[in-house]
Amino acid sequence: MRALTSLPWGPMARMTGRRALLAVPVLLAVTFGVFAIAAASPFDPVKAYAGAAGLTASQENLDQIRHNLGVDQPLLTRWWDWLTGALTGDLGDSASLRAPVSQVIGERLGWSVLLCTLAFVVAVLLGTVLGVLAARWRGGMFDRMVTGAAYALEAAPPFWLGLLAIWLCALKLGVLPAGGLTDTGSPTATAGQIAGHVVLPALVLAVSQLPWFVLYVRQGVGDALAEDAVRGARSRGLRERTVLLQHALRSGLLPVLTLIGSRVPELITGALLVETVFSWPGIAAATVQAATGVDFPLLAALTVLATAAVLIGNLLSDLLYGLADPRVAFDG
Amino acid sequence: MAELTWHPARRGTARDRGNRPLRLVASAAIMAAVLLAVLLVPSLVPMDAQAVDLAAKLQPPSPAHPFGADEVGRDLLLRCVYGLRVSLLVGVVAALTATVLGTAVGALAGALGGWADRAVMRIVDLFSSVPHLLLGIFIVAMFRPGVWPVIISVGLTHWLSTARIVRAEVLSLRGRPFVDAAVSGGASRWRVAVRHLLPGVLPRAGLAAVLMVPHAIWHESALSFLGLGLPAHEASLGIMVNSARSSLLAGGWWPTLFPGLFIIVPTLAVAGLAGAWRERLDPRRRSELML
Repeated sequence: MRALTSLPWGPMARMTGRRALLAVPVLLAVTFGVFAIAAASPFDPVKAYAGAAGLTASQENLDQIRHNLGVDQPLLTRWWDWLTGALTGDLGDSASLRAPVSQVIGERLGWSVLLCTLAFVVAVLLGTVLGVLAARWRGGMFDRMVTGAAYALEAAPPFWLGLLAIWLCALKLGVLPAGGLTDTGSPTATAGQIAGHVVLPALVLAVSQLPWFVLYVRQGVGDALAEDAVRGARSRGLRERTVLLQHALRSGLLPVLTLIGSRVPELITGALLVETVFSWPGIAAATVQAATGVDFPLLAALTVLATAAVLIGNLLSDLLYGLADPRVAFDG
Repeated sequence: MAELTWHPARRGTARDRGNRPLRLVASAAIMAAVLLAVLLVPSLVPMDAQAVDLAAKLQPPSPAHPFGADEVGRDLLLRCVYGLRVSLLVGVVAALTATVLGTAVGALAGALGGWADRAVMRIVDLFSSVPHLLLGIFIVAMFRPGVWPVIISVGLTHWLSTARIVRAEVLSLRGRPFVDAAVSGGASRWRVAVRHLLPGVLPRAGLAAVLMVPHAIWHESALSFLGLGLPAHEASLGIMVNSARSSLLAGGWWPTLFPGLFIIVPTLAVAGLAGAWRERLDPRRRSELML
């Protein structure tokens, strides 16, 4: 590994800067799209706000609410107000969770990051080991079992995996809690309790992300094993172990591992389902609650946040790819 | 002589491909069984999937109920077949929507070229930077859950890959001599597009559409599971898994397990068939990732 000082910091910083500039129009377009969809939909925030009282309220009161909520303004004005508010940290109020949107995100983001990081680490480690072993004995019994299981898991919905895991681990065996962040009735969240509660959702999320890693690592390392450099190493009489770990892994595994940044959309998709199944208090579960309650301010903010996460993941992936493969320039 | 650890003949060749004909036959058989069941069971079997039988409440799998019975005693095998029918219908319509949209956008971008192409591809990039399920959830939430919002939300989030494939195909076809020949022969723009470009693009678009159906079913079931999909009386597989949660707490695993298997097994069969199709389309390219 190169020393930190010899890394191409300059080109990397320039690429980051270019991407940050490009992200501005993308995020603007996404926020506008979100407002446009809401404007085109039959959803009326006033009726949602007033609830049953809206049926008996006078038109005057309804108009007053409409004015207070600011939804009597044209689409562009509302979008602009939201944008300027967002830049000062005011993202509006969440109706479904009864708190300012920024507070909801602040309270919940950490739990989602914890869950997703754990799941990602498990998926990468396990996926690498299984993928390398499958590539090593390509076409063999182990390879077929791993590949078959990977395809089946890829097709399996994460919420279904989560429910089966709850049935097996929490109900049948009783070894892990079924959901939530802490035991019910517990006044404070201790680290031990959280550690116990995070295991099952993180494992299920990891398993739902696993197939991609396994299949790509298998493909990358398998292709590398067929390269001339590996053939040369073998013909020099090097041990199979050396050939695999020092030659094939370096050229086959590194490019695959750099791609993990581009897996953010799938990770978010998985988190949406897994957090809901396990009542995990993260932002993905909040997204589903916001959607069920048609809570536009929260939903809009979380959609933009997810888009930003995807863009950051893509950037990270491209930076790592450039580092792993010196032939690739930082000009994207 | 010591045994060599390297067997070049075994790597990447016959064994790597596995038992291909067997896989193809199995996939075809499963697909045939699924289609027959979905199309024929409702008219041939005079049983009502909604028939409540409280005596059979949460019965485990038995000869009378091969998949067991749910929390109000409805036969799960029958309900799974009906659920797959709903899911498949929604999935096929959504996949068709996505494919038509993707083909139109991709063909337009590829055929026009220049700044129009760049603009269209930026829009594709824009759409792909929002996670599909999240955008789908947003659309369904704003337009209220229902059959059409689900189809539209899945269609609107899944046309991107088809657009990319079709655009690349059109771009590669545009440079071929037969297109030049048609143009110099005086064929109109429209004629070139319909008679020369479209037939070359259709097999790929068709393959993309077939592979899209399991994806669409996956998304529909995820939305339905979250309570943001089909209405409860359109009991799709996702809705079945959602309503099975209460049975799960009572110790019944079968109402959860079987609807999920009804998503996985047809998906694998479609992937198996599509893999064979892809190899016929392009024998040089190995069928790598099928899903």
